Amino acid sequence: MNRWLIWLPFIAFAGLLGLVATELSRPTDRTVRSALVGKPLPAFALPPALPDKPGLASAMFGQGRPRLLNVFASWCVPCIAEAPHLMTLKREGVEIDAIAVRDTPDAIRRFLMRHGDPYSRIGDDKVSAAQLALGSSGVPETFVIDGKGRIVRQHVGGIRADDVAGLIDTVRSAR
Amino acid sequence: MKRLEILIALTPVSAFAQSSLPAARYANTQLADPAKEAEAKALMETLRCIVCQGQSIADSDAEMASDMRALVRQRIAAGETPANIRRWLVARYGDYVTYDPPLSALTAPLWIAPILLLGLGLLIARTSFKRRRR
Repeated sequence: MNRWLIWLPFIAFAGLLGLVATELSRPTDRTVRSALVGKPLPAFALPPALPDKPGLASAMFGQGRPRLLNVFASWCVPCIAEAPHLMTLKREGVEIDAIAVRDTPDAIRRFLMRHGDPYSRIGDDKVSAAQLALGSSGVPETFVIDGKGRIVRQHVGGIRADDVAGLIDTVRSAR
Repeated sequence: MKRLEILIALTPVSAFAQSSLPAARYANTQLADPAKEAEAKALMETLRCIVCQGQSIADSDAEMASDMRALVRQRIAAGETPANIRRWLVARYGDYVTYDPPLSALTAPLWIAPILLLGLGLLIARTSFKRRRR
């Protein structure tokens, strides 16, 4: 019995070494995801970011139709890259609202003129209040809100061409 | 052209990821009441900056951290307890946002393991002392 027991520390050490080796070889995922996915959209109310477009409040969601909620900023470079794909989503009939983080009307207008305007409403989030309420960790980020006002999916980072089909599917199944 | 490319390559990414807006009210301004400011400061030191990830929001210059400081100070000023504010953030970002993780199935070994090891040590000590006396 004792003869076998003497190997126990060695086996424990080998196990620990194996654990460390596998974890080290696996690429780390540092994305901080919102803990609100699957839960109702938190309450927020933002004034209009542009004078000719309505602002955004959480009460505007959950009216029976799913919507996309895009968190963006005119000063954000990946937002430029995802702009054409948001336009594609809009052409496919997806309704998109936006939260403009730490932005000014002039800069937003210039951004939309240059890269297209897929948004029905844009809320002005000067101190990231709505962004923090959503559990969003940066720009750009896109939330899919279903017809009952529940967050069904969070897409962290820019939308790429190969994300579009999946997002359309999620929106269509999120009644 | 080549020179421009090099210049762009040398510009740190963070230079792009900053808005031109001034910091939020209370992001870098202390609360008038020293007791409440101390309460807010203590809380800020135990909340993780979501963007920089290795720093607390009290230490970080990131815009999101400054907006989180503003949120903490405003809520403390409005009479909310630090525990409540922490709970609000954990509900949004998960336990990752706090440097003071709550007791859960995942963190329980951190607290229980030292007690178990201490118990084991005492047991080993007792048996070996008994053996020596004999």
